Amino acid sequence: MTELNEYKGVMIYGEHAHGKIEPVTFELIAKGRQLAKTLGVETIAVVIGNNIDEMANELIYRGADRVIKASFDKLDHFISTSYSNIMAGIIEKYKPEIILAGSTTTGRALFPRVAVKVRTGLTADCTELEIDEKDRKLLQTRPAAGGTIMATIVCPNTRPQMATVRHKVFKEAERDENRKGTIEIFEVNSGMIDAVTVFKQFVKDETQTINLTEADIIVSGGRGLKCPEHFKLIEELANVMGGAVGASRPVIDEGWLPYSHQVGQTGKTVSAKIYVAIGISGAIQHLAGMKSSDTIIAINKDPNAPIFQVADYCIVGDLFQIVPMLTKKLKKI
Amino acid sequence: MKIIVCIKQTPDTSEMKFDAESKTIIRDGVENIVNPFDLYAVEEALRIKQERPDTVITAITMGPPSAENVLREVMSMGVDDAILITDKAFAASDTLATSYTLATAIKKMGDYDLLMFGKQAIDGDTAQVGPGVAEFLNIPQITFIRKIVEITDTNITAQRAIEDGYEIIETTLPCVLTCIKELNEPRLPSLRGKMKAKKAEIPSWNAEFIGADTEQIGFKGSPTFVKKAFTPSIDKQNMVFSDEDPEKNIDMLIDALKSKKII
Repeated sequence: MTELNEYKGVMIYGEHAHGKIEPVTFELIAKGRQLAKTLGVETIAVVIGNNIDEMANELIYRGADRVIKASFDKLDHFISTSYSNIMAGIIEKYKPEIILAGSTTTGRALFPRVAVKVRTGLTADCTELEIDEKDRKLLQTRPAAGGTIMATIVCPNTRPQMATVRHKVFKEAERDENRKGTIEIFEVNSGMIDAVTVFKQFVKDETQTINLTEADIIVSGGRGLKCPEHFKLIEELANVMGGAVGASRPVIDEGWLPYSHQVGQTGKTVSAKIYVAIGISGAIQHLAGMKSSDTIIAINKDPNAPIFQVADYCIVGDLFQIVPMLTKKLKKI
Repeated sequence: MKIIVCIKQTPDTSEMKFDAESKTIIRDGVENIVNPFDLYAVEEALRIKQERPDTVITAITMGPPSAENVLREVMSMGVDDAILITDKAFAASDTLATSYTLATAIKKMGDYDLLMFGKQAIDGDTAQVGPGVAEFLNIPQITFIRKIVEITDTNITAQRAIEDGYEIIETTLPCVLTCIKELNEPRLPSLRGKMKAKKAEIPSWNAEFIGADTEQIGFKGSPTFVKKAFTPSIDKQNMVFSDEDPEKNIDMLIDALKSKKII
């Protein structure tokens, strides 16, 4: 068995979609560099795919000391089996002590398989990461039970210590084209490729003009809007603010908006710069999906609504009076 | 077709409430339920059975003896039979040890075509066990499915929800599917189903019976453990605008946002 201290370096999984590195990766590079500095080790990024040269350069510009590039012509699309075979090979070769990936649909499909292959721990959806300076272990803190509990998880006896990390919790690493780093090639062979799973097509969600999980500003509506026609108020305010439209679960269950707009435990977890909750009382499940947003503005007629406990700015009153007026005033700014 | 649905008994987190005064979570009287996401997996299995009447659906769960209740509940919806995987030696399992245990039990069950899971459990919220089991069994997976497009005797095509839309993925059977809410609307148990479920014999399988390696189960088989758990602080220093004149409230909000350079 390999000794734990043979594992060195903080590795970041370079997630990409539609030919570009996903922003969550840049957030992880920034956080990874911080952890690497405490440990006195390198930050290594990994990118797996086809036609990924530019992405490898981008990872250097964003702060990776080294990039491991695994390219192959059959890797045009993410297939969890093929990618996990390659990722396990990379771990075996480079032996990082920590691996961070986004807790996205990709990260959550890929890393549980990788964890089984290399028989190590994986902590899901972390919102805080730090190094225990006493023993160099990674302290991985995450919400559980719909955000009602926070737990700090450790992985003491196996390496790497792996975590998927929530998007938009950490700030993105800045881009600097003058930054230098090395790019190494990891050889992929056809034995690593899943021959039975086929990507056939991607269909974009056309009702989302702005991807909710990427949005800096989100305006969400809840049951307080009373009927689907009133959702126009939410859309108008979102337009003026340049934001995306979200909704609480009852709105989706009633069929006023498609599921892709649902914010909360059973929908999407968002972490916006500004989150506006309108006519949303704030069930624990909704709060779990939005409470890590930087600034939360809540508009509700019930002064005791739980949403006000997580909000920074609370307007108590009738949304049908307030929202149109707010839209109008913001338009003038 | 043979379908195995893996379910979990979870506390009903929707019954947990904030106590505004003590700023803590009230957990008293919270009931145990079938993890809500697992019901989408059960429902989809039942729909496949409607199309292919020769289908047999077996539900399994790993948990304490009381988890038998959730197996009976899904049997009352129409699941054919159930197996409880229970042993004190499974206690303190993390997602790796749980995946190993379920995969070992599934191997013991023999052949199957589909292994279905909810996308995640509402208590742990990890979404790791479905893909973990797939890897232990060395079979493909389609995670976060929102629609099954086609099933043949050898293949499945499904829509996999991702952040900005969905992908259409085809793979071979057997495979793992993890299910999201968009997939369907779970049915309620029928009276006849309830009667049948009440009388059903549910075998219990322990670690020895499934042939589990004692090094890979429970606390010993779990690389991760919880070092500390705490209730998140939800007490924010907030500004409340509750003037009777809505316009005043809006102006105060805009001023506050401007002064903090938020807008």
